[in-house]
Amino acid sequence: MEAAAHAERPRGGLPAWALGVIPLALIGAAIGAFALLGGPGLGERTGPPVEEVSVERTVLRPGTIELTLRNDGPDSVEVAQVAVNDAYAPFGADGGREIGHLGSTTLRISYPWIEGESYEVRVLTSTGGTIDAAIPVAAETPAADLDFYGLMALLGIYVGVIPVGLGMLWLPFVRRVGSAWIVALMAFTVGLLAFLAIDAALEGLDIAADAPPVFGGAALVFAGALIAYLLLAAIDVYLRGRGDAGAGGSSGLYLAGLVALGIGLHNLGEGLAIGSAYATGALALGAFLVVGFAIHNTTEGLAIVAPMRGGGASARPGPGRLLGLGLLAGAPAVLGAWIGAAAFDPSLAALLFGVGVGAIARVIVQIAPSMRDGAGRYLHPVSVAGMIAGIVALYVTGLLVSI
Amino acid sequence: MSDRRLSRRALLGAAATVPAAAGLHGLVGRGGLAGEPARAASNGGAQMNGHAGHDSFAHASFAPGRTVDHRANGFDPTEILRDFDYGTTRRLASGRLLREWTIVAQDKEIEVAPGVKFEAWTYNGRVPGPTLRAREGEKLRIRFVNSSEHPHTMHFHGIHPALMDGMPGIGERQGAGQIEPGKSFSYEFDAEPFGLHLYHCHVAPLATHIARGLYGAFVVDPKKGRPEADEMVMVMNGFDTNFDLSNEVYAANTVGFHYVNEPIRVGRDELVRIYLVNALEYDPLNSFHVHANFFQHYPTGTSLEPSEYTDTIVQGQGQRSILDLKFPFDGDYMFHAHVSEFAELGWTGFFRVGDPSLLSAAAAAAAYCKLPWGGNGSPA
Repeated sequence: MEAAAHAERPRGGLPAWALGVIPLALIGAAIGAFALLGGPGLGERTGPPVEEVSVERTVLRPGTIELTLRNDGPDSVEVAQVAVNDAYAPFGADGGREIGHLGSTTLRISYPWIEGESYEVRVLTSTGGTIDAAIPVAAETPAADLDFYGLMALLGIYVGVIPVGLGMLWLPFVRRVGSAWIVALMAFTVGLLAFLAIDAALEGLDIAADAPPVFGGAALVFAGALIAYLLLAAIDVYLRGRGDAGAGGSSGLYLAGLVALGIGLHNLGEGLAIGSAYATGALALGAFLVVGFAIHNTTEGLAIVAPMRGGGASARPGPGRLLGLGLLAGAPAVLGAWIGAAAFDPSLAALLFGVGVGAIARVIVQIAPSMRDGAGRYLHPVSVAGMIAGIVALYVTGLLVSI
Repeated sequence: MSDRRLSRRALLGAAATVPAAAGLHGLVGRGGLAGEPARAASNGGAQMNGHAGHDSFAHASFAPGRTVDHRANGFDPTEILRDFDYGTTRRLASGRLLREWTIVAQDKEIEVAPGVKFEAWTYNGRVPGPTLRAREGEKLRIRFVNSSEHPHTMHFHGIHPALMDGMPGIGERQGAGQIEPGKSFSYEFDAEPFGLHLYHCHVAPLATHIARGLYGAFVVDPKKGRPEADEMVMVMNGFDTNFDLSNEVYAANTVGFHYVNEPIRVGRDELVRIYLVNALEYDPLNSFHVHANFFQHYPTGTSLEPSEYTDTIVQGQGQRSILDLKFPFDGDYMFHAHVSEFAELGWTGFFRVGDPSLLSAAAAAAAYCKLPWGGNGSPA
């Protein structure tokens, strides 16, 4: 580098850093001048101001409906009046009635809503424009107190930690069976993860549809996926460089850890969905749902232990390491449930679902070699059967937990 | 005396709102709002006396702390209520009386609910347009000047030749028909039949030209007059502020909930006459209902005999009625469209009934103004 810098010097007479900074300064000055002069030559805008407002959050308390609005549009928007189901209702605005570009405000509307009914909240702006927010089924939003966080933690443990732990009980089985079985199990894991990735991507895109477009919307899912994939790949390269990954970078415990991490990131998104669904009253917490999630996530436990076979000390981890793997895969569901219930934000949720997708994609790439047959082929009868079984297993258990 | 009246009014005010509040909260059932009705009722009572500090849902209302700027609008619904425009008169050679007005169409932004602006098209800068009032048999001349950016007409309900119908395509060569921006035309016809009529723009697209505010009441008094009364005009209308072909704000005389904020003061046992016109666009029906009272209903005002004694009437688009009633008790009495949606989107108000001698001088003057043709007709 230094040599290169010295080589450049005689030609330009300026240090390399200055050559990098000068264009930046000129760009800044040009933009500043353009802004100060009010965009010379562009004239006034044509047409009336654009009002684009998203409803980010709806909270129901007895006698009150709270709406958090975000101004996605280029012009500021002033909230003038609010009607609930075709009746004007008194309200206060926490962040003021005027919402600047990208600003937000929370309206507290006095209205005697009734549990189980549906409501259409119509916000009238100063220009007479309207912003509509639908409340399909009214239910009180749980207060975010200690009890509530405890409940969300319990929920996360029920649907995340315990089932994954139960799934890991297959470890002795995995150790005993022959190599053909292991190939099938790895293929099963790949199929299962592939389906999880598709599911998470679709859910992320679904949520992104409700997110303010200005923050990226669906692009956040892809950005999250790409970033997670690249980060996990970089971590992999770094660990291999240190030689921790064992021979060939695919020791059993290492692969198991990767699978656990990918599943953990996915469970973060799953927890988020559960938490927000519960907070908005869209989720009835019943034994059926919890049992469904348990069965569903048990298969994830099996996916974690599948790589841990064969000899070597690293393939015989102690109970502590197994517990660590289980927590890595399951505990993020608790975190997700907290975030989802307390501060659900569709943009954040879309990003986190994307992260889950990217992590799973990276894990698939990482463990795919272990389902090769003797001739080095990825696709052979055993692996195909295994992958299909994984997809079917996740699909069928997923039927139990459709929110 | 005055103290007793006040407490009595407060009591009546509270009593009037209890059923509404209890009804709403009663529906909540097990929603954990036990004890709420009492609080709501007391708030409701407070609202009757000044309407400050709304913080519960005693009845639908706009957000507290802000009212429409009538001065910026250039008209006040409280004044529109009793504002009859008699124009100017002169005697023709034939001995007949000629009554003349000049009406100017103007584009104007008005505030139809606190903070909500609407790009209205107006007659003489107000919505509804001036209440034109004449006497049966007079010759009328209305000079119409179009200062708007859009073509308009004045189409009167009444009996007149085709040329005077304010109808695009009819009489264009004579300068009638559609009146282009900058042009003018004088409509001339006889005041007949007596009754309550209306006028409005008839340029296509018709719904738009009406919904934008181009309408007003047209009263033709019978030759022998009607019994003396405290007379007022209510033009029922609505505003499609987001142009989706349905109204966001409903009202009588334009500003939603105006007569909740400023109840209409009337005297106890005094005859009150309401000239009620339905100029609402986009909704096929409108209605009027008054609380705790009944009225004599004169459909279109074309007969001096009432057709019905009732407390609720329904009007289609363009229909109108004269309603006569007296309030036997002091207190605040709600009136509203008995289409609950309209009522809760602004078409609600109150009569405040008190001792006639205690009405403010201005209100009294407005209430008992004399007709230019000598008195309000023969006593009942």
